[in-house]
Amino acid sequence: MIVRFIDFFRNRMQMTIRLCYGVLALLVIIDIMPGLTGKEHHAHSWVEHYIPGWWSIFGFVACTLIIFVSKWFGHLGIMTREDYYDD
Amino acid sequence: MMTDLWIHPAAVLIIGALLLPFVRGPRIIRNLYLLLVPLLAFINVLTMAKGTFGVMQFMDWTLTFGRVDRLSHVFGFIMTLMCLIGTVYGMNSKGIREIFAAWLYVAGSLGVIYCGDYIVLFLFWELMAFTSVFLVWFRGRKRSMATGYRYLMVHTFGGLVLLAGLILRYQATGGDISFGPIGVDSPSLYTYLIMIGFILNAAVPPLHAWLPDAYGEATVAGAVFMCAFTTKTAIYALARGFAGMDILIALGVIMALYGVVYAVLENDARRLLAYHIISQVGYMVAGVGIGTEMAINGTCAHAFAHILYKGLLFMGCGSVLFMTNKSKFSDLGGLYKKMPRTFVYTLIGGLSISAFPLFSGFVSKSMIVAAGFHEHLMWAAFLLTLASAGTFLHTGLKVPYFIWFGKNNCSEETWEKAADPPVNMEIAMAVAAFFCIFIGCYTPFLYNLLPYPVHYHPYTAYHISESMQILLFTALGFFLFVKKLAPEVVISLDFDWFYRKGSKVFMWLARKPIQSFDNAWSEVYRVAGMVPLMITARFWSWFDWHGIDGVVDGLARVVGYFSEKLRWMQNGQIARYLSFMAGGVFVVLVWMFSSM
Repeated sequence: MIVRFIDFFRNRMQMTIRLCYGVLALLVIIDIMPGLTGKEHHAHSWVEHYIPGWWSIFGFVACTLIIFVSKWFGHLGIMTREDYYDD
Repeated sequence: MMTDLWIHPAAVLIIGALLLPFVRGPRIIRNLYLLLVPLLAFINVLTMAKGTFGVMQFMDWTLTFGRVDRLSHVFGFIMTLMCLIGTVYGMNSKGIREIFAAWLYVAGSLGVIYCGDYIVLFLFWELMAFTSVFLVWFRGRKRSMATGYRYLMVHTFGGLVLLAGLILRYQATGGDISFGPIGVDSPSLYTYLIMIGFILNAAVPPLHAWLPDAYGEATVAGAVFMCAFTTKTAIYALARGFAGMDILIALGVIMALYGVVYAVLENDARRLLAYHIISQVGYMVAGVGIGTEMAINGTCAHAFAHILYKGLLFMGCGSVLFMTNKSKFSDLGGLYKKMPRTFVYTLIGGLSISAFPLFSGFVSKSMIVAAGFHEHLMWAAFLLTLASAGTFLHTGLKVPYFIWFGKNNCSEETWEKAADPPVNMEIAMAVAAFFCIFIGCYTPFLYNLLPYPVHYHPYTAYHISESMQILLFTALGFFLFVKKLAPEVVISLDFDWFYRKGSKVFMWLARKPIQSFDNAWSEVYRVAGMVPLMITARFWSWFDWHGIDGVVDGLARVVGYFSEKLRWMQNGQIARYLSFMAGGVFVVLVWMFSSM
């Protein structure tokens, strides 16, 4: 059952991807619409109030930063061959 | 005198473990016994009344084995529950020896949680280290031995620092051994020493490298136990003693990010999960540092949720290792058709750790972050939120993707062997998965267990919207840059380099300069020490033989005795001289501190 469920989406890759983009767009729209999420009361800082879709930007930038900064750091010489400690 | 009515849950596990080798007969009997003992411990915790029990007089000290309050109860609850789940998971392991070691290890953890003074704490603290190391050794590879010894050395070091702190505190307070809030507003040397002892077990960088080292090498079931107990017991100890210690906020945030960075680089699934323990425990350490009621609640809630989802993740990746003998992403991939249920369990663990709405992390992690915002610690709260994007990136996306989807790197043999694991392992995963979802959906279950009243509501529209945006846009980033994250066949150097390669420097020092100095010294000693000694000895022998022997019969024996002592003292071994010296320094130091 699980396998069939996964294959259903894998066989319709184009549709799945469009669906995902749709969800992302919806999230941003919900965030921007005034009064929907109660942002006025709950936001912790001014960036959340004044930058539309702040947490979307935050999530994407955070992910990108983590990947690129970590890989850069790793390639400074932190990542090394597997048998490094064996000799 | 132990109070008659109170039984320590650790005692249940210790007795259970000691009887374990004698449980024979059909497999079903053994399995029932394996189920019964942790179940009894769990029921014992559930039915325990609050109060102080198990108070004993030992020499000058009053030892307290059973302080049952809300803080110890929530930790005792989750520890015994996890012990039950872990035991079910490990039931089919080759021997019972893993379970034997694991129960003693959990007993150590429970001993720390319920103790009321530092002496009992130290006793059980060491029990944890010396029993859990067997969970690494039982893996049985050549590498496991070395890893186990490293693990033991690091924890022995931590234990010594803790002990030094305890002795200094004992001296400074005039014999106070009680374990409680240590006075974080006016920290002194012993405060920091005790803290270092605790945060070494919580795996705070740079004292963390033992964790991925050991957990990546532990047995399949061993890692499930290890990932739950050592770090979270340390969190309990910190929450008990160090709530509001400012430096812990910074350390916690560093941990949260450190674990995320190394998780990007990691090629071994279980080591990746281990680095994410460091990251998640970072939230708890920061929570202790913030120290408000809300933050301590968040710390306890997150420890509770963490034990379950991290156990689940280790069970999921452990099942893959158990079935295929592989745990590296570069040896796996595309397994969803072969191990679909394991995939779903692991995904539930991944969604829980990533704090998806309706999963356990959502109601626990956010409490710590919210406490940070509440105290206007903006930088800490934002950086912790940044780290949570990293958590989803790795545990929610990278682990499932590169094991069950992605490029199929499996060898023919791996592919052939891959299948969902034996039924007991699946039951354990299903139970843990159930709790991950249950805690996330029905918040009163966890919130009513917390030490302080909870005034926090995770399910507001804004919080859900905020979390979903962060998580799903992280997912977008993952799929855009997935090539960048493709597994690389490497290991990453960490702080263990200093004692793994540093030992080479030490060995070189020992071989070259010290050895040659030793040789030179032996030569000097032979000429300047041995020759006169021999002459003296000969003289005494002559004197004894010719002059005295007839007069005083026993003197020869006396002289013989003293020259023997003299010879032992002056045998020219640098090591012995050094140990005399170190002993002397130690005595002087103790004398100095005691007269302070």
